[in-house]
Amino acid sequence: MERMPRWADVFLVPFINLLLAFFVSGLVVLAVGEDPLKAVWIMLKGSLGSTAGLGYTLYYATNYIFTGLAVAVAFHARLFNIGGEGQATIAGVGVALALLAVNWPHWMLALPFAIIGAGAFGAFWASIPAYLQAKRGSHIVITTIMFNFIAAAVMGYLLNGPLKSPKTQNAESLPFPPGTHLPTAHELLAPLGIEFSKSAPLNVSFLLALLCAVLVFLLLWRTRLGYAIRAFGQSESAARYAGISSVKIIMITMLISGALAGMLAINVVMGEQGRLIKEFVEGAGFVGIAVALMGRSHPFGIVLAAILFGMLTQGGFELLWEMPNLSKEMVLVIQALIILFTGALDNMVRAPLERLFLYLNRKKRAA
Amino acid sequence: MEHSQEFILFLVTLNQMITVSVVLIFAGLAGLFSERSGIFDIGLEGKMLISAFFAAAVSYETGNVWIGMLGGIAASMVFAVIHGVTSITFRGNQLISGVALNFLASGLTVVLGNAWYQKGGQTPALSGAARFHPIELPFADALRDVPLLGPIYADVISGHKPLVYVAFALVPLTWWILFRTRFGLRLRAVGENPASVDTAGISVIRLRFAAVLIAGVLCGMAGAYLSTSQGAAFGREMTAGRGYIALAALIFAKWRPWYLLMATLLFGLLEAISNLFPNIDVFGLFTIPVQFTQALPYILTVVILAGFVGKAVPPRAGGEPYVKER
Repeated sequence: MERMPRWADVFLVPFINLLLAFFVSGLVVLAVGEDPLKAVWIMLKGSLGSTAGLGYTLYYATNYIFTGLAVAVAFHARLFNIGGEGQATIAGVGVALALLAVNWPHWMLALPFAIIGAGAFGAFWASIPAYLQAKRGSHIVITTIMFNFIAAAVMGYLLNGPLKSPKTQNAESLPFPPGTHLPTAHELLAPLGIEFSKSAPLNVSFLLALLCAVLVFLLLWRTRLGYAIRAFGQSESAARYAGISSVKIIMITMLISGALAGMLAINVVMGEQGRLIKEFVEGAGFVGIAVALMGRSHPFGIVLAAILFGMLTQGGFELLWEMPNLSKEMVLVIQALIILFTGALDNMVRAPLERLFLYLNRKKRAA
Repeated sequence: MEHSQEFILFLVTLNQMITVSVVLIFAGLAGLFSERSGIFDIGLEGKMLISAFFAAAVSYETGNVWIGMLGGIAASMVFAVIHGVTSITFRGNQLISGVALNFLASGLTVVLGNAWYQKGGQTPALSGAARFHPIELPFADALRDVPLLGPIYADVISGHKPLVYVAFALVPLTWWILFRTRFGLRLRAVGENPASVDTAGISVIRLRFAAVLIAGVLCGMAGAYLSTSQGAAFGREMTAGRGYIALAALIFAKWRPWYLLMATLLFGLLEAISNLFPNIDVFGLFTIPVQFTQALPYILTVVILAGFVGKAVPPRAGGEPYVKER
């Protein structure tokens, strides 16, 4: 017998977790002497109230969909990939190399190569921790953390050395050829007669993110490989008994995960910056953990959670202007609390709820 | 007595090494207690950061650095309790809890710092009794003229702030607690095989909470050292990944106290070198970029973890919540 109905497991528990996280966040806002409800209103207005706000919200959401999917795919094989940050960083190098190699005439030609560059470099950066986990038994969480720091050092070296633009003092690459410019939401929607803000960085990468979400769904629930990945995550020994190679699953899962995290570079490096800069990932790799947890590692949930986190990020910038006592780091606090309540303190909500449903069921049966 | 340029540079490097190693020693010992009891702690970074902030803020408000340090330790303990409740009481994922606490610290310190001091997340500079000051060890000046050892004693070992000596004294103390006391034996057992400890009638939960709280105190001291001893104010993200370097040192040391001291000194030396000599020229043939020296602790840890140079085997029950058999 199921302990809890499915809707409670999929919606009610995360919802209560989210409420708790928001409640504690509200206490922090109160503590610095601002009105939490007003803060919510400012964030909602700032993130959804204009096409500029919406454009930024969905731009950030694009990043979070990629990193959320990356974490989720690994979660399904019971691997905790904390290295999305580093994988996306190195993927940026792949994008830059692909786009600087040729004077691309049109973005449609450049995009596939940029995707290959981002995917290959991101997957490569995930492959070393994966290999060490599969073959040498070193803990993937620790190695991926270490690889985040190594990636930052590699990036620092490249942008102060081989890839540095001779034209500026800043640690950044040469600008990409103009032909590689990805169409923004403004340019895409204008022919349809829809007025969308010119300043918002939302671009076609958003569609790529949605496509990735669909592909991840198909991979995990409609293919033999996806079945093997999930079986491995449920029980490694059972999967091995069924003839599934653990080395193969760990490697393939992490390659996919790294490549997905790498796609973030398409959105930021190719879509927004037009050149390679340092620290362009800006913590999105870590937000992916929160997004995957909130979205219960399901692509549909991840898209919703990513949009929520996009709203938080964009709304946080608005707070900065309207509430001088509150900084945009408030968003970090909210993210942290969401990770804490949905990820680590899940049992605190789940166990009493399970008991409640058991009790209700028993009463129903008795009646 | 006159010394050559090279010798003075050598002394300066060693002195720097000790100064920057202290944080790693405190945090590494914190991780040692926690992980030996079977609780993974990647929240070292967050606990240090929150402590660094509160230590600086309380020192500034009270004008007394010792009270400030207690404030920092208290803040770190609160985080430790959260980690304990999530990972021991509610059997949540210890890694996720650690990640969350790290985020919470980096957000909360800036939010509170901005609201209280309006300095972009910084606290006001500390001076006088609100920060730690160096102690001259006895006879430091008298012995300075003894060849070789004199200057090392006077300029490298003497003249540090109090917490430096506390940190170095904690290493043998930790060894003694872990390997020579009943509490230590039980603590190590609970990290390897909690069921056997439980069978012996000892509370797994209480032991693990004790370890997590000790980690809280030590991280609190690490944070207080950063903002009131090594520095003279709190700056945003001032831990700058040192919690992870401490974690790396812990793995490098294979979860043993004396090796941990060696590992933290080695990583401290690397940090000192990258601070003092950004790009190292090797016989004019090529230069070692500063980023390489900075990344070396992480690279070395990965190599050790991969078991290419000796094998690092973590405590067996690490990361797994204990469920009593019913």
